[in-house]
Amino acid sequence: MYKKIFTEPLFKNNPVSVLVLGICSALAVTVKLEPALVMALSVTIVTGFSNVIISLIRNTIPNRIRIIVQLVVVAMLVILVDQILKAFAYDVSKQLSVFVGLIITNCIIMGRIEAFALGNKPIPSLIDGLGNGLGYGIILVVVAFFRELFGSGSLMGYQLIPASWYIKNGGFYENNGLFILPPMALILVGVFIWVQRSIQKELIEK
Amino acid sequence: MQELVNIFVKSIFIDNMVFAYFLGMCSYLAVSKNVKTAVGLGIAVIFVLGVTLPANYLLHKYVLSEGALVWLNPEYASLDLSFLSFIIFIAVIASMVQLVEMVVEKFSPGLYSSLGIFLPLIAVNCAILGGSLFMQERGYETLAEATVFGLGSGLGWFLAIVALAAIREKLSYSNVPAPLRGLGITFIVVGLMGIAFMSFMGIKL
Repeated sequence: MYKKIFTEPLFKNNPVSVLVLGICSALAVTVKLEPALVMALSVTIVTGFSNVIISLIRNTIPNRIRIIVQLVVVAMLVILVDQILKAFAYDVSKQLSVFVGLIITNCIIMGRIEAFALGNKPIPSLIDGLGNGLGYGIILVVVAFFRELFGSGSLMGYQLIPASWYIKNGGFYENNGLFILPPMALILVGVFIWVQRSIQKELIEK
Repeated sequence: MQELVNIFVKSIFIDNMVFAYFLGMCSYLAVSKNVKTAVGLGIAVIFVLGVTLPANYLLHKYVLSEGALVWLNPEYASLDLSFLSFIIFIAVIASMVQLVEMVVEKFSPGLYSSLGIFLPLIAVNCAILGGSLFMQERGYETLAEATVFGLGSGLGWFLAIVALAAIREKLSYSNVPAPLRGLGITFIVVGLMGIAFMSFMGIKL
């Protein structure tokens, strides 16, 4: 049963491409693979832990103020992540700029707390949070992979396309600048959804 | 004055919240099925951004940034509370949204019934928190600059959602490949709109 909770959000019930949650930050940090990986990891940690904490105190939160309690718990976790990133990965934290703070308003986190953690025990909540964080991460990594490969010819900062291929060195190849620009992230996610729905016919909208 | 106009135009077209930074995407995609509700949500976003940005600016200037508490006691010159800004900003936004909701309900029931459902949603709209964080990161100098930036970003978001809603209303008559229907084609349309908006890049007043 735990396995199902963990694997469903990875592809079949992906938070980004199926539930349309957390798109805001999913697109902005995907120009390069490295910040995308760091972002995916941060979101996974925050969803996992916020789900556990809310699940532990779920019976003591008065229903009327639960949103503000959830926001405080999430904001606290995000501050921790932000401070850790600033201390140990300063360059990446500069690249991510405001998007680390925006994890607070990432709908995946509030969505999973509302939909899962408020009604389930801590351990399933942890697994659900980690699964959804990773599902979000998969989209980030796929989009960032194509954007960095075609936009800069590199992956994780390592040059993959040989320098002699480029036109300026007498070759035939040129990086596609469109992939670095923001709109391409949207189009890539659109294509991802297209591929996913071609495989899973039941998701097709009428 | 010229600086203010520059910030205003820049935040509407060039640094558009949706097309350049993807902020507020969740509600942008969810509430853009028809123009009327899109207009309602857009106005609510302009309103809340215009109210929360000046409030957060004052907090940033007089409480949170390094040495900001000197007005309280000269000994606090080395105090830097900026790590608390996330939690303070989100608290201000959540309470401001609640306050705006109560005021609107009291004084303008007509507006309330048309905005009603969207106002609470806005507390977790990333465009609002994003506005405050950008204000902090870019270091706007005066209260007027921060306010103008808030109103401009809100207006940019409003234009983007109304445009998308209008396109989606027409799109329902087109024959889109089945797996692309709904969400998929919307993403691609937003991407194409983003490319169109990029033609504003480089405009300077």
